[in-house]
Amino acid sequence: MGFMNLFKHFLGDDWGVHPDDRKRPAADRPLRVMPVPEKLYLPLQQHLGGPARPVVLVGQQVKKGELIAEAQGMISAPIHAPTSGTIAAVTDITAPHPSGLTLPAIILAADGRDEWIDCQGCADPFALDPVEIGKRVAAAGVVGLGGAAFPSAVKLTGAARSKVKTLVINGGECEPYLSCDDRQMRDRAADIVDGIRIMLHATGAREALVGIEDNKPEAIAAMQAAAAAVAEVHIRPVPARYPMGSEKQLVQVLTGKEVAAESRTFDIGIVVHNVGTALAVRAAIRDGRPLISRVVTVNGNCANDPGNVEVLVGTLAEEVIAFAGGLKGDGIGLARRVMGGPMMGMQIPHWRVPVVKGTSGILAFDAQEVAAQEPDPCIRCGSCVKACPMGLLPLEMSARIRNSAYDEAVGIGLKDCIACGCCAYVCPSKIPLVQYFVHAKGELAAQDRNKLRNDATKKLAQQRQERLDREAREKAEAAAKRKAEREAAAAAKAAAEAAAKQATETEGESA
Amino acid sequence: MTPATLTAQTVASPHAHGGNSVSRTMFRVQLALLPATLYGFWLYGWPAFFLWALTILSCVAFEVLSLKLMGTPRVKATLFDGSAVLTGWLLAMTLPPWAPWWVAVVGGFIAIVIGKQVFGGLGQNVFNPAMVARVALLVSFPLPLTLWVAPLPMSTLPTPDFVSSLRIFLTSLPVPDAMTSATLLGHAKTELARGIDLATALHAGPDLSWIGMRAGSFGESAAILILCGGLYLLITRVITWHAPLAVLAGVAIPAAIAHAVDPGRFLSAEAHLLSGALMLGAFFIATDYVTSPNTTTGQIIFGLGIGLLTWVIRSFGGYPEGVAFAVLLMNAMTPVIDRFCKPRILGRDRKGKPLDIPENA
Repeated sequence: MGFMNLFKHFLGDDWGVHPDDRKRPAADRPLRVMPVPEKLYLPLQQHLGGPARPVVLVGQQVKKGELIAEAQGMISAPIHAPTSGTIAAVTDITAPHPSGLTLPAIILAADGRDEWIDCQGCADPFALDPVEIGKRVAAAGVVGLGGAAFPSAVKLTGAARSKVKTLVINGGECEPYLSCDDRQMRDRAADIVDGIRIMLHATGAREALVGIEDNKPEAIAAMQAAAAAVAEVHIRPVPARYPMGSEKQLVQVLTGKEVAAESRTFDIGIVVHNVGTALAVRAAIRDGRPLISRVVTVNGNCANDPGNVEVLVGTLAEEVIAFAGGLKGDGIGLARRVMGGPMMGMQIPHWRVPVVKGTSGILAFDAQEVAAQEPDPCIRCGSCVKACPMGLLPLEMSARIRNSAYDEAVGIGLKDCIACGCCAYVCPSKIPLVQYFVHAKGELAAQDRNKLRNDATKKLAQQRQERLDREAREKAEAAAKRKAEREAAAAAKAAAEAAAKQATETEGESA
Repeated sequence: MTPATLTAQTVASPHAHGGNSVSRTMFRVQLALLPATLYGFWLYGWPAFFLWALTILSCVAFEVLSLKLMGTPRVKATLFDGSAVLTGWLLAMTLPPWAPWWVAVVGGFIAIVIGKQVFGGLGQNVFNPAMVARVALLVSFPLPLTLWVAPLPMSTLPTPDFVSSLRIFLTSLPVPDAMTSATLLGHAKTELARGIDLATALHAGPDLSWIGMRAGSFGESAAILILCGGLYLLITRVITWHAPLAVLAGVAIPAAIAHAVDPGRFLSAEAHLLSGALMLGAFFIATDYVTSPNTTTGQIIFGLGIGLLTWVIRSFGGYPEGVAFAVLLMNAMTPVIDRFCKPRILGRDRKGKPLDIPENA
């Protein structure tokens, strides 16, 4: 809480929060590379969008980097074998999610040889067509590594189609405890800048702005040195403040532009990617290698030896922790297991949950860090209103949600909530505000689904009634028609008979 | 912690907390009140201390009683949030320093039971409990509530010792005339009613004082100490500047204009700012979380309203002092202010419509 922060606080320019970042000493420890574990657990859904579809059979031999599940639908990403081995099973495993529910996954038994498949790299990516780059990035299964895991190729090609002008690279890493992006910016700055240049080429953007929070001076220095010779890549230190790494906030700080609600950054000529994603894109294009590993921060008071570890996607958190030095006293005093950051990460039920493409951290908190406590009543202090980076009224929204008035909550901005957790972080009464919002969003989604189903049922019933009516009408019409035909035929026959009779009569007369 | 409790509950993010708590906030406000309170003890002696202690005690007692009667399971936790103590403390600050014991008890009852628990407890009350009690006492028992002793260091009579103080407090004996004094606001009102020009009236009347050397309520006379407490709250971010500054401006601006127009009829801005409960009201009452708007714009409107109403009541109303009435009136306006003053949602205009997307971004 420096002097400038106090000054800004008095001016009222004080969105977000300033949590103790707890990034060091983990961030300063050199990166460790974890060896291939015995088994890898690869959920088919590691990204936003449709789950991937397995294209391997149990018992099949695969090589490192081989496609094992293909993308399904417009927004989806394929999954590749992180090492060579045999497909042990395609089954359900515990999801990296607080519910502890299961989700389908491919289990790969490593053979220890770690043999790569033939990779088709590209020496000069800038000669490639942007569309081709998008295709290769899609095929490599690259997703946003900042946490949301949105398929990167969709963003790259979408940006090219929308003719964006600015590529914003998110090196903010505003979540406390996490330092995986920091570590990579320090260690692999040149590769990141190369990846950014490929992304610029792919999107057609003219310049790239790399936003890095000023609590990472080493990363800023390394990136500035690497980008010194590249005119279109600008390194922009930004103040350390949570949630600086949130898309809309970072865009506003770096470009001064405000992303309109219910629209995307494309609409104002901007596309945002994470620094880690730049590395993955570079690997996909330069080396032709799919996304099969990532850097994960192991941290928290219970971690013996906090630091950053490069692990294969699908490695169990349990094994990552064991490799990274294990837990203090074998987990005595462990109060909460979290995947991701402390502000937006998910509590997981146990450690036998795999690292997926979007996993940025594995955190082992003790009781003092989580400070769980029974909530007090709201005293309307308005701390949450001041902290909210979106300009919402969390206390009003939660009051309405408590009364199940979800529509009213939507009316005052529930749908604009980014679930960043600032409100709950500052709440003196420790009200789990995010839990309220997540619950309400879930309820609304369920209501929407119900409504859709009801509408569909209603429509079907209506169509059936219409069909029955139509059939009855047609039947009646057909009957009437047949009757008319019969009558007409009878009339014609009668007429013919009459005519014939007349004819005989006339014949008789004439005879 | 055993593995069973470890996995028992799953909680949504965030998994970190800033460490602020209701009790910490209440404690800080009490800390901010402490200098003015201690100084008040020095100014008014033992009776003021008894009054302060009994007011807090009765507030806490009525809080416990209400919670028990309502069958609240968290009596202890609710008590330790410090809100009842703070309510009692604030109420005591606004009472005449030598008010008798039953004023403290009745005040505690009105503040806690009628002002707060009837609405549903902490966070639910519409009106500031301390101000509800203050106003109810004033309109019900005008005599003891307007009997002001002059600060003891100013008095020629000897300071009452512990035992005689207890007698003053418990028996509501009439205070010797030599010890009483009119407040500046009261004096001005009386003299104006008698048709005497303020310029003449104030010549012989009580002086203004930054350090509390004037008659007034127990805790509100030392403006400078109240101000220090307010600054401490500002720096520790318990309050923001919006409401206090708006209250002061709301009084000072109309007072300055009216005084410039007719100095014989209207008190100066300085006299208004240093009189009565204004400083206390600005920093400690108008900033009450529960009963004030929760946006900064709302707080400015709220504060200006309190200031303006205070000036109007002091200048034209029947009572010499109007802070408590002004606060209650604006408390009633708070839901309306909250309804109309909402922060702008990022990416939306003030009406909640998404921003227009520029054509050539």
